[in-house]
Formats: sequence, structure tokens, C-alpha cells
Amino acid sequence: MWRFAGKRALAALLVLFAISVMVFLIFFATPGADPAARIAGRNASQETLDQVRVSFGLDKPIYVQYFVMMRHLLIDRDLTSFVNRGAKVIPQIQAAVPVTLSLVIGAAVLWMILGVTMGVVATAKRGTAVDPIIMVLGVIGISLPVYWLGEVINLVTQSRLHDSIFAWVPPLGYVPMSDGLGRWALSLFWPWVTLAVLYSGIYARVLRSEMVASMNEDYIRMARAKGISESRVLIRHALRTSLIVIVSLFGLDFGALIGGAALLTEVVFGLQGIGKLTYDSLQNFDLPVILGCVLYAAFFVVLANFIVDLVYAWLDPRVRNV
Amino acid sequence: MGSLVVLILIVAACVAAPLYANNIAHVDAFASNVQGTYTLNGVTGPVLVNSTEGLGLGVTPIGPTWNFSTYFLGADNQGRDVFARILYGGRNSLLIGFVSAVLCCMLAGLVGVVAGYFGKGVDAVLSRALDVLWAFPVYLLAICLSVVLINTTLTIGPWTLTSGSLLLPILIIGIIYVPYVARPIRGQVMSLREREFVQAAVGAGAKDSRLLRRELLPNVLPTLIVFLPLMTAINMLTESALSFLSIGVQPPDASWGTIINDGVGLLYTRPMVAIAPGIILAITAVALNLLGDGVRDALDPKARLRGSL
Amino acid sequence: MSEPLLDVRDLRVSFRTRGGLVTAVDGISFTVGRGEVVGLVGESGSGKSVSMLTVLRLIDNPNCVIEGEVLFKGQNLLELEGEVLRKIRGQEIAMVFQDPMTALTPVYTAGWHISEQIRAHEKVSKKAAMDRAVQLLEAVGIPNAPERVNSYPHEFSGGMRQRVVIAMALSCNPSLLIADEPTTALDVTIQAQILELLRVLQKEFGSSILLITHDMGVVSQMSDRVLVMYGGRLGAAGPRREVMRDPLHPYTWGLMGAIPPTDGSRAARLNAIPGTPISPADADRDRCLFAPRCRFATDACRPQPPLIAHKPDHADACVLPYAERPALRVQAISPLGVRA
Repeated sequence: MWRFAGKRALAALLVLFAISVMVFLIFFATPGADPAARIAGRNASQETLDQVRVSFGLDKPIYVQYFVMMRHLLIDRDLTSFVNRGAKVIPQIQAAVPVTLSLVIGAAVLWMILGVTMGVVATAKRGTAVDPIIMVLGVIGISLPVYWLGEVINLVTQSRLHDSIFAWVPPLGYVPMSDGLGRWALSLFWPWVTLAVLYSGIYARVLRSEMVASMNEDYIRMARAKGISESRVLIRHALRTSLIVIVSLFGLDFGALIGGAALLTEVVFGLQGIGKLTYDSLQNFDLPVILGCVLYAAFFVVLANFIVDLVYAWLDPRVRNV
Repeated sequence: MGSLVVLILIVAACVAAPLYANNIAHVDAFASNVQGTYTLNGVTGPVLVNSTEGLGLGVTPIGPTWNFSTYFLGADNQGRDVFARILYGGRNSLLIGFVSAVLCCMLAGLVGVVAGYFGKGVDAVLSRALDVLWAFPVYLLAICLSVVLINTTLTIGPWTLTSGSLLLPILIIGIIYVPYVARPIRGQVMSLREREFVQAAVGAGAKDSRLLRRELLPNVLPTLIVFLPLMTAINMLTESALSFLSIGVQPPDASWGTIINDGVGLLYTRPMVAIAPGIILAITAVALNLLGDGVRDALDPKARLRGSL
Repeated sequence: MSEPLLDVRDLRVSFRTRGGLVTAVDGISFTVGRGEVVGLVGESGSGKSVSMLTVLRLIDNPNCVIEGEVLFKGQNLLELEGEVLRKIRGQEIAMVFQDPMTALTPVYTAGWHISEQIRAHEKVSKKAAMDRAVQLLEAVGIPNAPERVNSYPHEFSGGMRQRVVIAMALSCNPSLLIADEPTTALDVTIQAQILELLRVLQKEFGSSILLITHDMGVVSQMSDRVLVMYGGRLGAAGPRREVMRDPLHPYTWGLMGAIPPTDGSRAARLNAIPGTPISPADADRDRCLFAPRCRFATDACRPQPPLIAHKPDHADACVLPYAERPALRVQAISPLGVRA
């Protein structure tokens, strides 16, 4: 198990390194524009451009540029935004993290409950009308554009029905948990729902197809022949073996969302999370912030991958000794 | 089958966009029509009137008229016919979604088959490359690429990509989803490689090229075909998200995403501008997903899930 | 004999398909007495497994139509539902399946599997169930049972896994054990060990065994009585000695003849039954189903002859005159006859 974990950790580090190189290349080595101009932001003065050239070693070979960049980001931690003068990158990211974490964790709880329930019920009721209805609901959830759903929810809860049914919905924006748990949850309720609609559809469909496949396995027939109840066959045998796939999917999605993939939801609901930060800095061409955000995101995705591998080994005894 | 009919109807309607704009609605979907007038039920009125509130900017009095030939779904803040724009936008959305899905499946098929077939070093390099792409949240990767490339003119060998070209979103979207398709293909090829009929062909002295062409490709192709409608749906959603963030399709071109983006500013006054393209996009995506399910069941009877659609 | 333990009466199983109704089991009747070992023999596709799954109502295909009666201790299993049926499964009737590789849920240990079954039927603590699991694993001959009880299925070899499955099946002292090809997926040497184990345990626990197999050798080692199935019907039924030594039905002749001799010189050619097994979908059900492959088939084979007892207990479904059968059999299994 320890060797397994060590090997995976090493692979994760390699991937992280590769990602940092890739991001670096996207911004420093794609043809078409001067990297100094990109870093300094739009309409930068000649003075700023010169400063950037020196600070990032842009007259040196490209691999030196990479190391200079990484030193600014990781060792000196003094990478500053040029668009937004004086704003350091790392504190900005630190401020955005709790927002994204609140959004993603709440949504994840919601979609896991919803998705697993839908998947299990659809499996149990296959052959009846319930199963296809749940599956079509799942497809619709997957097919709704997230940002559009968010806008429509805003339209209904902030405008059309705000004076009647949805009077309890607070204005858009994030309320920190320190202002009270209830207010925090209220401010995030609709963002949670919006994200959960998409993911519970995916999870319900994946789980159902996994469970239906495992329902045809010999061990399910054996479990029935043992005389255990049908619900126990469904939960302890079919669901338990299908969970392996769900958990690995969950790890990847969760990592990606923490890393900023929830940006559409954040933009639509005005939440200042990592995704929004990345998006804003992209709009302003604030390259230092973009780099910081993307590396942060990649770190979480890789970390999630790593944890998934470990949980996978814990869930599935067969891969433990590999 | 119902999903296929819906899809064909949507595609046909979008292809017929100029017909509708020129012959039925008599509007130009891309020119602003701030000074224009319209006639509905014999009453003529301006498309845009000055607002008495706020900054006194123009507001469109026409929401959906539900009259098929006159501003069916109303006008946007430049007085353009929303329905005509949705039809035109659908052409770009469908085109980008489909072409990038084809591109994605072809690339993924190539990478997956090569990695799975040759194994060892080739596989290690390709798999790590896929890992790196995979570790990127797709939207972030797409956004990074779009932001960097969208306003530049690229010259790669003999090809020139002008800024605002539709090819750019197609390429970006096609590439970012390659790992999603390539990984399962690689797994499939690796298990096919161990199967008796392939081993038999190896034993019979078949060359690599013959094995790839005659034994592996025919078995991988159905998987790719199943992926095609699903990827088209995902890619259309991605395109619309990028366009919504103004880094996909660039004006004056329109797509469902850009129209939703236009509509966000009008959300509380003219909600139909944002709602209508979202609904049609969702219907298209549902139809594509269901079509994907249907194709999978048709191509692989063993995978048919009892009671599924 | 008093009331039999299991009394199957005119069991019919068919599946609705796009091509119409396909009959898998076509009206079979038999009994299993208390403490008896009954072998059910047939080629693959003859309906033997389907009929046994029916007994425990383990077919969940909604397109499956089951008719007839399956009386277990006087209760018709086909009419039971829910909790009553659940109590019979595992506690009264246990099953051992063909492939031990796939019969255990891969994520649970051997002990977990066994204690799950015990605790499904008896109110005992987890600890007590685990202790019994260890005893059972010892009883089925798993070395170092106290440790192996915590092993996962993939950590056992095929034969050991089948022992775990048998231990699980016996954990509630079932009065009937249905073993569906319990040794088919195993190596020959392991096969013998598992059969020996079943025989010892049968004596020890006193369960009846219904043994489903296509292997005449397995039947001859194990059973008191033999049922021969072909195309979803019973072709012959009788005590093992009678059926094996003095087979009456041309299909049984074929089965017996197909066992290669182990002494003398190597056979010049193996004796196979000519033709292919019938496919349930397109069989002509109005005549003896074996007729297309039978050298002695005549017009008298239509309609299907009934199962007639020629001696007490030994019955078969064939129109050939009883007195002439030994002579015909010699003709049927002589190598010359096969070639002709």
C-alpha cells in the first residue's frame, strides 16, 4: 500500500510539473504577441514593459524564463498583478478559496445524495415507467447549459417571483460563514442547486448503468440465493461494487470544480471564487494571476486524482497489491 | 427515433435561416435596426423607443409577438429579430459542435489506438500527455487557449487562422476533450490486443498495419460512433459557454451562446432573448444524448440496458 | 418413501422473445428424497440450469413465463413471495454455482460472505457468525481458516473459492443443496477434491443434493439417482447403476458412448453423438426432440413419447421396444455403427 501511494505521488508530481510547463508555454511561447505585453496587461506603458522584461528574464533563454516565473510564484511568493497594481497574486487566491470550497462542497453533498438516490431507484424500478423517467430527467440535467440555468434561476428568484415565493432569497453574492451559518447557506442555496442539477444527472446515469451491469453478475444471483433481502442485495452488493466507479468520477469532478471549473456558476451568481478570479484576470489579461490560478487548479485536480487512486485501492481490494 | 426527428428538424430550421430571414420575416439578423419600425396586426410601431427611466437608453417594446412572421420572439437591444438570430446562431453552434466532435473522435481514436496497440514507451508518453490534459479543468484550458488566441492571427505553415475565425473554437474544443474519448479507446484496444482473434492474426503473421486496419479499427469504430453524438452535445454546450464568456464565437457571427450573452443584460426586461436560445440548446443536447444512447444500444446489443430508452 | 423433499411437477419455463415464445424447460417432473443425491445430466442448453434457477425463483427476467408446481416440503415455491421465499433461500435450499470466480462479491472477505448469510437467517452477533464462518471454512478443508476468513475472493485459488462458496451454502444447514456444475470451471484434480468434499459433507450434514452437470463421470461418482435431460425434457430417469450400466434411451447410449475409454489402446476416433444439440428457439416440439440425431428415429417418434417406467424406478421416453434395446445399443455405440 505504501509503495503504491509513493508511486502515485511521484506520478502526480510529474503531472504537476508538466502542467506548469504547459501553462507557461501557452502564455510565453504561443506565436502572435510579445509575452512582456501579455504580462503587463493591456495598454501598459513602456516603463512597465521594461520592468516586466527584467523581472521575468524575458531576454534570457525560454527555460530560464520558466524557472524565473516559478521562483516568483512559489519561492519568493511575490508575484504581483500588473493590471491591478500592487495586488499580490497569492493573497487573492487565498481570499477566493473559501468561496469556491463552500460552493463546491455544498453542491457535491447535494448531487451525491440526489444522483445516488436516482441511480439506485432507477435500478430497483427497471422495467417500470419510473426508470426511464428518472433517466430522462438525468439527461435533461446534463443538457441544460449551467450558466443559462443560473440566469433563469436568477430571473425567477431575483425578479419575477422575488416579491412572493422567493422573498427569502438574498441578493447575489457570497456571505461568509462567519456571518452566520444560515445566511451563508441561503446565499449559496441556488448556486448549489444549479451545480447539482448538472452533476446529479451525470451521476444518476453512470450509477444506473454500472448497477444494471452488476445486477447481471453471478455474485448478485448468489446473494439472492443466500436469502438476503432484495434491498440488501441492491445496496450492499450491487451499489457497493458500482461505487468504485462513482468514487473515481467524484474525485475528478470535485478536484476540477475546486480548481475553478465552477466558474460559470460563480460568474452567474456573482461569487468571487477561484473560477471568477481566473475569469476576471483572463478578461484583463492579468497573466500573473492567471498563472497562479491555473497552477492552483492543476494542483487540486492532481491532488484529487491522487486521493482517488488511494480511495480506489481501499474500495477495491483487488488493486491493493498491484 | 424521436430524438433523431427532433434533431433533423432543428438542423433543417437552422439551415433554412436565410430563407426565414429574407422571405418570411424580412429582416437582417446581423444589422442593428434601432431606427426601424414593424407592423403587427395592422399597427405600426418603432422597434426601439427611448426610455424615460434611467439613462434614457433605447428599450425594445416588442417581446415575443408569437406572430411567426414579425419578431416572433421579439427583438434584442439593437432591434434585431431574436428568432432569426437563433436560427443563424444555431448554424454556428451545430457546426462547431459537430465538427469539433468529429475532430475530437478522430484524434482520440488515433491516440487511443496507437497507445493501446504499441504499448510500452509509446503508451507511456501518450498516456502521460493525456494525464496532463486530463488534469486541467476543461473550461479553464479552453479559456486559457481562447484568451490567448482569440484576437491574434495565427500562421501555422500554409494555414492562416484569422482572428474571430470559427476554426479556432472548433480546434480548441476538439482538442480539450481528446482525453475523455482516448482513454476508453486505449483501454478497449489493450483488451482487444489480448483477445483470441487478434492473437490468431498475430500468430498468422499479420503485419501491424493490417492488424490495425482489419482487426482493431472495425472494433473501435462503433465506440467512436457512439461517442460522436455525445461529444457533439458536450461540445455544443462548451462552445456556448465560451461564447457566453465572449471568448468563443466573435461578433458579428452569432451562436446560441452569444445570444444568451446578449440576453443577460436584458434578462429582467426581455427574458426571452436569453431563455429561448437556452431552451433550444437544451433540447438539441437532450436529443443528441438520447441519440447516443440509441446508437449504443443498436451497435452493441449486449450493452442494451433493459428498460432504457 | 414418505413425502419427497422436493417434488417438481410438470415444470415449464419459457421466454418471450421477438421471435415468439421460446421454451427452455418443457414439462419436467421429478422428485428428490430426503438425504438423496440426484444427478441432473444434459448437454449445455438442455434447460437444466434454468429449471434449477426456477426452483429458487432466481430468474428476474420479466419475459420469463413459469408454469407448473415446485413443491418443497409440501409448499409450492412458485407461489411464494417476499419474506417467506427469502427464508427458504439460503436456509432451506442453498445453491452452489458453476464459476467460483464470479460467485463472490469481490469487495468482501470470505468471512463477511458467510456471516452475511448466517445473520440473514439467524439472530446471532457478528462475532458469533464470524466464529462459525471459521469453523465452516475448516470443515470444507481450507487450511489456516482463522486467518483466511479475512481474505478477499481474489486471494483464493479457484478450488479454494469453490470451497468458500460451499461453506457459505452449508452455513445454515440447508435440507437441499442445489449444485449447478460445481466442478466444471475447475482443474480435474481439484474437481475430484471438491466432489469428495461434497460427498463427505452430504453425509455429515444430511442434506439432499441436486447435482446439475454435463459430466457423466461426476454423476457416476456422486448420485443415487440420475435424470437425463434433453431439449428441456426428461429423456430418462432412474437409479444411477441402472442408468449408467444399463441405459435405455438412445441419447443416454450416446452420452455413455461418448466417454472415452481410459484403458487399452488410444481410441482411433472419439465417439460423439452426431448432429448438434437442438436450439430451443426452433425445435420441432411435436416429436421426440432427440429424433433428428437418433439413428433409430421413425414416424413413431411423433408425438413425443411419454416417460414410461420399464422397471420400478427406471423410466425413459422412447418408443423402441424394451426387449430389443440391448441389441440396438450395441449397434449404436460400435465404432462401425457410428461411421455408417
